[in-house]
Amino acid sequence: MGGYIIKRGASLILTLFAASFLVFAVTEFSPSNVARKTLGPFALQSQVDILYEKLGLQDPLAVRYTRWLGVLLGLKADPLQDPALGLQFKDPRGDKYFGNFGYSTLYKAPVNDVIWSRLKATAALAGIAFALIVPLSLLFGVLAGMREGSGLDRTISVFGIIATSVPEFASGVFLVAFFVVTLGWLPGTSPLDSGGGWPIWSQMILPVTVLVLYDAGYVVRMVRGSMAEVMNKAYIRTAVLKGLPMRDVVVRHAVRNAMIAPFTVILLQINFLISGVVVTEMVFAYPGFGRMILDASLFGDIALIEAATLIALTIAILTQLVSDVGYAVLNPQIRLA
Amino acid sequence: MSAPPAPDGLLVLDHVKVEYVSSVGAVTAIPDLSITIRAGESYGLVGESGCGKSTLLMAIMGYLGPTGRIANGRIVFDGADVSAADPASLARIRGRGCSIVYQDPNAALNPTLTIGKQLIEVPMLHEGVDAKTARAKARQILTDVHLPDPDAVLDRYPHQLSGGQKQRVVIAMALLANPKLLLLDEPTTGLDVTVEAAVLDLVNELREKYGTTLLYISHNLGVIAKVCDRVGVMYLGDLVEEAPVHELFANPRHPYTRRLLACVPRLDTDKHTTTFLPIPGQPPSLAGRPRGCSFGPRCAGFDAPRCGVAPIPEEPAGPGHGVRCVRWRELDQFEKTDAEHVAPATPGVEQVMRSADLSKVYDLGNAFMGFGSSRQLIANEDLSFQANKGEILAIVGESGSGKSTFARILAGLQDASAGKLMVLGDDLSRMPAHKRTLEQLAAVQMVFQNPDATLNPSHTAGFSIGRALKKFGIAQSRKDLDARVKELFGMVRLSPHLARQRPGRLSGGQKQRVAIARAFAGDPKLLVADEPVSALDVSVQAAIVNLLLQIQARNGATIVFISHDLALVRHLADRVVVMYLGRVMEMGPVSSIFSPPYHPYTEALLAAVPVPDPTVKQKHLRLEGEPPSPINVPLGCRFAARCPRKLGPVCDETPPPEQAAPDGHMIACHIPVAVLARVTPIFQRVQTPAGAANPS
Repeated sequence: MGGYIIKRGASLILTLFAASFLVFAVTEFSPSNVARKTLGPFALQSQVDILYEKLGLQDPLAVRYTRWLGVLLGLKADPLQDPALGLQFKDPRGDKYFGNFGYSTLYKAPVNDVIWSRLKATAALAGIAFALIVPLSLLFGVLAGMREGSGLDRTISVFGIIATSVPEFASGVFLVAFFVVTLGWLPGTSPLDSGGGWPIWSQMILPVTVLVLYDAGYVVRMVRGSMAEVMNKAYIRTAVLKGLPMRDVVVRHAVRNAMIAPFTVILLQINFLISGVVVTEMVFAYPGFGRMILDASLFGDIALIEAATLIALTIAILTQLVSDVGYAVLNPQIRLA
Repeated sequence: MSAPPAPDGLLVLDHVKVEYVSSVGAVTAIPDLSITIRAGESYGLVGESGCGKSTLLMAIMGYLGPTGRIANGRIVFDGADVSAADPASLARIRGRGCSIVYQDPNAALNPTLTIGKQLIEVPMLHEGVDAKTARAKARQILTDVHLPDPDAVLDRYPHQLSGGQKQRVVIAMALLANPKLLLLDEPTTGLDVTVEAAVLDLVNELREKYGTTLLYISHNLGVIAKVCDRVGVMYLGDLVEEAPVHELFANPRHPYTRRLLACVPRLDTDKHTTTFLPIPGQPPSLAGRPRGCSFGPRCAGFDAPRCGVAPIPEEPAGPGHGVRCVRWRELDQFEKTDAEHVAPATPGVEQVMRSADLSKVYDLGNAFMGFGSSRQLIANEDLSFQANKGEILAIVGESGSGKSTFARILAGLQDASAGKLMVLGDDLSRMPAHKRTLEQLAAVQMVFQNPDATLNPSHTAGFSIGRALKKFGIAQSRKDLDARVKELFGMVRLSPHLARQRPGRLSGGQKQRVAIARAFAGDPKLLVADEPVSALDVSVQAAIVNLLLQIQARNGATIVFISHDLALVRHLADRVVVMYLGRVMEMGPVSSIFSPPYHPYTEALLAAVPVPDPTVKQKHLRLEGEPPSPINVPLGCRFAARCPRKLGPVCDETPPPEQAAPDGHMIACHIPVAVLARVTPIFQRVQTPAGAANPS
């Protein structure tokens, strides 16, 4: 097991290198360049050219990538912070430290100042949503799959389909129309700022509800399908014909087997909740990670995009690792090697 | 059958009718069935797939699923009516009263719970004991079913046990609550023959020890003959005949029973003396149950006014012998055992296939990026044998013996690691199918075990054959193709309109016929048949075997017949190769394999074969343990670790010499042939009990 985790850790670092290089290479094809973006649209072309040269943007891709990597690892000073450029880009942490993602040209602030607060905001949203999605989906999925074709099964399945097929922007708008416009119980936007009179917790309710409805509908169906399949297995018949009461058959024999297949899918929801909830964040003006990635991409803020990619990727790979380990715990036939 | 429920009947089925209800209406699986099983007896139910055996079993356990129901009659177990029981009393009956040993032990055990957890919940539930006592009981019962190291087994997961060990666990689980009735649902189907014999021994032993009543369900008449006192024969949900076991095998009175027995290969006959007598047609679907006698449409003696009007009543045909046939007294007039004799092909002298020191080794590169120890799996080693024109060469052995690996090399699905494999003068040992010429491809064709999986479900049967014809350049135009497909369908005795059907609409036997027609499309010189009938019912198996023999007699193809069924091999093979862990143990003409001198492994195999004749007594000889893994095999004789006649260290250290016996018979063993010859034959006919004559 220990060796397995070391092996996976090594592959995580390799993947991060590859992905960061790919993102670097892809931004080559975006119009404009860092110098132009830094100086803004009204700067003179001659000023841009000077900065272009000073930043070494004419160097080959590999050289620039290495330079960026050097900054990240704290081996080199961030060139944008060079006072000689006169840009007044200042990072209170200094210009040379490990984990320096550089300077965001979009927000005109160090990436580290921008990105972590956004990630925290999204992690709060995702964490609450995930904490609700998992138990709800397991409960309803098991209840539905336990007796395939029963009234309960059909009811849960229909609700699941409806919940998951209504897009987030639609359910968001419906909920806002009802709870904000009609009843006035909840705030319509969630800027995570209590200045508007609404406490922070009340601003979380609607975004979380939208996410739970959308995502749990899907996970319920996965769990239900797996559970229904397990209930038809011969070993469930063995358990029933041992004389075990239905509750013991389900709890002791079925549930663990039924968890195996949807386990990976459930953990994949974490990735979705971190970087894929742009729509919900937009609807509620939520200062989240997904929205930041979207803005950074539209602007071409390479430092921010790189940082966001690495973080999202690390989360994705870690959840995958957790899911593989958990899979082996659930299923004794799998051995990690 | 219709006898009034005896007071000592532990299980009484009284005019039971079982239906499956669906949106289109009710389908009757069992129309009207009565059986009484007395305490302490061992009752066998035989029948082919779809005859309602399993439905009956589940009805007894009160577990017919949401669509099944007992529409009429009563199932009385130990004085309590199962058909009317509420969930609580049903739960008491299950496990405590009667428990089941299932067909497939791999599926019957929960893969995510240890054996211990699955066992201890039985006494905890039924006897209310604590976990510690329950574990002690579980340990004891594992010892009783002869599992070595029961403490370790308790902590293992099912996938860490072999198939035979798992079936012992399932039997232990069934016995844990001391049931009065043990239901066995094909408990040895899918197990190797030596494992099967050991499991049957265990069933008999436990029956003596605990006095449990048995209801044994099987399609295998040999197994039934070994463990049962009384036998019932089922066809389409009807009990068509019921008799004590000796009586049933000696004097079958129902045409179906008689045909069934005439389809079973025996060890004292072969293709030259006997032809199987298959049952024409196929069983109708449950919805299309015929009027009157359910077997009527397939019976040679069907007489519409007498057989096709009303349900057939049971008639006594002897003491304890009941039969549901109005014409059972006239049976000999319309049932002839030698109706159609198939003259088998005569093997020629021309060599078609010869393997010389053929080996196949798999490198199990296990470790990460090539680190760690590499292991080797030796699937075939130094195989040297040959097959002549028109000959049937059987390769027998248990799972893991490497017989299918050889077939795959022959068919070009795999490369050999070393040695030669000459087919019609070409070395095909390292020539995969895509490198073979059209002639080479057409010359070697294969029929596989599972006909369901070998035909493409989205193409019609005729299309699959037509494509082979086109590929081999035998026919090109639409008209030629159709004519040739029709001809091939005629050869395999299929009605030509089935050529337009997709495999989903065909029965297992029909699919295998299509597979055979496809294999013969290119007029092969060598047919590799890998367990071609082992997935089929015995009557279908008989028909397919007859068909293969007929086709061979006509076109003189050589057949390499791979099988684990020794009785079947006895019937159709000319020469036999016995393999164990990738090596040839013994080979020779079929008659020399089945009589002394035997290789000790062959001897054990033969002693394990279930013989469908209770008057034949087999020498008792069982192998210890399970076949070892083919990884890191022993240096000397492969069989040394389990050999009951092991001489000593020489067997472990030195590969055995290939000793020649008369008639081209070879035995690879350290024991001299002359010593091996001094054993009693495995099969001996014993005095039949009074009242039973010899098989007709």
